Amino acid sequence: MVSTDDNCTSTPHVEFSGVSKSYDGRNWVVRDLDLVVHKGEFLTMLGPSGSGKTTCLMMLAGFETPAAGTIHINGVPVGDLPPHKRDIGVVFQNYALFPHMTVGGNLAFPLEVRGMDPSEQRERVARTLRLVRLEGLEDRRPGQLSGGQQQRVAIARALVFDPELVLMDEPLGALDRRLREEMQYEIRRIQRTLGITVVYVTHDQQEAMVMSDRVAVFRGGAIEQVASPEVLYEEPERAFVAHFIGENNRLNGVVRTVGDGVCEVEVGDALIKAVSLGQCPPGAAATVVVRPERVNISLGEGRHSYANELDAEIEDIAFLGDHIRLRLKLCEHSGFIVKIPNIVGHGGVLEGDRIRVGWTVLDCRALQPDAADDEEDPSASG
Amino acid sequence: MVDQVTAETGLDASKQQVRQRRRAIGLALPLIAFVLASFVAPLGTLLVRSAYDPLVADALPETLVLLRTWDGTSALEEPVYATAARELLQAREERTLGQIATRVNRITSGLRSVVTRSVRKLRNASGDSWRETMIGIDDAWGEPEVWLAIRSAGERFTLRHYINALDFMRQPDGSIARQPEERRIYLPLLWRTLAISLGIAALCLAIGYPIAHLIAHAPPRRANLLLLLVLVPFWTSLLVRTTAWIVLLQTQGVINSLLVAVGLVADDGRIAMIYNMTGTFVAMTHVLLPFMVLPLYSVMRSIPRSHIRAAASLGATPFQAFWRVYWPQTLPGVGAGSLMVFILAIGYYITPALVGGSKGQLISNMIAYHMQTSLNWGLAAALAAILLVGIIALYVLYDRVVGIDRMRLG
Repeated sequence: MVSTDDNCTSTPHVEFSGVSKSYDGRNWVVRDLDLVVHKGEFLTMLGPSGSGKTTCLMMLAGFETPAAGTIHINGVPVGDLPPHKRDIGVVFQNYALFPHMTVGGNLAFPLEVRGMDPSEQRERVARTLRLVRLEGLEDRRPGQLSGGQQQRVAIARALVFDPELVLMDEPLGALDRRLREEMQYEIRRIQRTLGITVVYVTHDQQEAMVMSDRVAVFRGGAIEQVASPEVLYEEPERAFVAHFIGENNRLNGVVRTVGDGVCEVEVGDALIKAVSLGQCPPGAAATVVVRPERVNISLGEGRHSYANELDAEIEDIAFLGDHIRLRLKLCEHSGFIVKIPNIVGHGGVLEGDRIRVGWTVLDCRALQPDAADDEEDPSASG
Repeated sequence: MVDQVTAETGLDASKQQVRQRRRAIGLALPLIAFVLASFVAPLGTLLVRSAYDPLVADALPETLVLLRTWDGTSALEEPVYATAARELLQAREERTLGQIATRVNRITSGLRSVVTRSVRKLRNASGDSWRETMIGIDDAWGEPEVWLAIRSAGERFTLRHYINALDFMRQPDGSIARQPEERRIYLPLLWRTLAISLGIAALCLAIGYPIAHLIAHAPPRRANLLLLLVLVPFWTSLLVRTTAWIVLLQTQGVINSLLVAVGLVADDGRIAMIYNMTGTFVAMTHVLLPFMVLPLYSVMRSIPRSHIRAAASLGATPFQAFWRVYWPQTLPGVGAGSLMVFILAIGYYITPALVGGSKGQLISNMIAYHMQTSLNWGLAAALAAILLVGIIALYVLYDRVVGIDRMRLG
C-alpha cells in the first residue's frame, strides 16, 4: 500500500483545526483536534467506542457544532452552514432508510429536494443502483431487503446526488463477517471508481486496514497518529497505536542509553536494543514493542545472531492452521506471543521447553509507556 | 412396549392440553359473562327498542285487528268503538294507559289528554252505543286522526323512531316526507356533533403533535416529567377538570377578570367563553388531549433521529425533512389519535352537559334527554343506533384508507 501523498492530489478537502466538542460542558468528547483529509482520499477514523470519532463525523456533516475550532471544506469554513446545504453524502450506522418509501423513492429523495426533473431522476437512480449492483429493486420497500441490500441502498442514496465527500459511520457494523468483507471491497471499488473523498468511521482495525488510504487512530477525543495502514503497523509512534493496530508484544522497562536512533532498554535483567523516536531520555520508563511474527526462535545450539536474544520458557502452544502461536515467559513477562508460520509444523517444541528468541533492532521500537495501558485492553473493542 | 409408553405419554400430553385449555376458558369466563351481562345484553335490548315496541300492540290487540282492515278515511263502526273502549279500560286497570297515551301522543301531538281523559270518563259511562258515548266525551273520536295514531302506535315493528331521528315524518297518507325546516332537530344536531368532534380532533392534533414530538425526543428524564404532565389531568376526575374550566372561563371567572384588569376587555363586555360552543370546544379538547398525545408519542418514539439527519444530509430543508420523512411515518399515530378523539367526542356527554349551555350540546345530550326526561326510549335508541352505525362506518373507512393494523395506540 502506498501513502496517499504520492498518488493523490494533496489538495486538502476537509480540514479540522483546533476542533473541540463537549456535550455536557464538563467532559471533552473531542479535544483540540487537527486533521486534514485530502481530495479523493479514503480516510478512516479508527478508535474504541467513545473516542470521539463519530462526533467528529457528525460535526463534519453539520449535525453537531464544535465548541471551539473550525472545520473547512474546500477551504471554506462551514461553521454556520446547515447540514442540508453542505452537499455531503452520509451513510448512517443503521442505514436510516425511509421505511415509507420504496428503494427508488429513497434514492430519488435527494434529487427531488434539489428540484431535478423526473426523467433525469429516474436515469440517475437506475445508474446508481447499477453502481451498487442492485438493478431492478426500485419498487421494493427497505423492509423487504436483506441487511446487505439495505446497506447498498444506503450507500447508493448517499452517492446519487454526486457529492464530492461521503461520510460513513460504521456502516458495516450490523452485517455478518462474510458480507462485511465483501462490502469492504465493494465500498473501496465504488470510492475508486467515482474518485470521491470518503471519511469512514469504524472501531474495527482490520476494516480500517483493508479500506483506507490513511487511518486516523482516535483515543479519548484526540488523534494518536494519522498514517497509511502500513506505516501505522510498521512504525507506530505511540504505544496505544502499536497495540491497537494488529498484535504487539509490550515489554516495559527503563531506558539506559540513547544513541543514534537506537536506545537500550533494561527489561528485567536483559538489555533490549530498540529503535528510538527520541520520546524517552535515559532513565525514563519505556515500552518496547515487538510484533509476534518478527520474533525468531531457536532450539538449543543452533545460534542466530540477532541484536536481541533472550531466553524464554514456553507456556502454551496453539495450532491455528496457518501459523503456530506460542505464549512465552520472557524477562519475567508472561504472555509474550510468538507466531511461527506453519511451514514445517511446530518443530517439536513442547510446553515447558526452554528456548531462545531473537529479533533485530529494526523490529522493535521503544515508545513512551501508555498510562492507561494496563487498565484497558484496546483489542477487546476492536 | 416403547411405543405404548410414547402413546400413553402422548395421550397424557393431549389430555393435559385439554385441561389447560379448559382452565384458560374458565379463567376468562367471568369476564365473558360480565361483558355479556353488562354490555352486550343492555346495549342489544336498547337497540332492539329502537325498532320494536310491543306495548300498544299487546294492550289493544283486538282493536288493532279491526283497525287493520280500515281504509283510514271512512267512519268507523260500533264494534271498533266497543272493543277499543273495553281494551282501553282494561289497560287502565293494568296501569299501562299512560304509556299508551304517550305513544299515541308521539304520533300526533295533543292526543294524550284525549285518550286519558276519555277513558277516565268512560269508566262511569254506560250506554248502548260506545261510539256515541266516546264521541260525546270528545269529538276527536269521530275524526280519523286518533284512530290512525292508535293504529300506527300499535305496530310492533316500526321504523318511526328512525324516521323521527332523521327528521322525517309520516304523512297521513302513509308516505314519508322531510320535516319542515323549523322542526328539524336531530340531523342538524348530528351534523353539529360531527363538526364539533372533527374540530376537537383537529385541535387536539394541532396541540398534541408538538407536545408528543417534544416528549418523544426529549432526554429520558425530561420526557418522563412531560409525560406525567400530560397524564396527571388524565388521572384527575373529569368533574374536577370540567369545573376548573368553569372557574377559568365563566364571565366572572379568572380569564375574563384578568382581561378586564389588564384593560383588554370592558367590564360590561366580558366574553362568553363557557356555556356555549366555545366552552364545549375548550373543555373537551383538554379532556381528550391525552388520547391524541399517547399514540403519537408511541409512534414518534419509534422513528430514529437518524432519519431526520439523513434527510438533512440528502439536502432536504427542515420543512422538507419533516413533511416528506417525519410526518408520513407518524401517520399511524395521527390516524389512531384522531380516530380515538373523534369517536370519543361524538359520544361525549358529561362535558358538553356541564359547560355546553344550549348551543354546545351534542347528540349524546339529546339521547340522554330522551332516556331520562321524555322517556322516549325508542327514539333515544334510534339516535344511538344511528350514531353507532356512523362510527362503525368511519372505522371501516379508516381501515380501508389507513389500515387498522397500522394503528398504534401507545
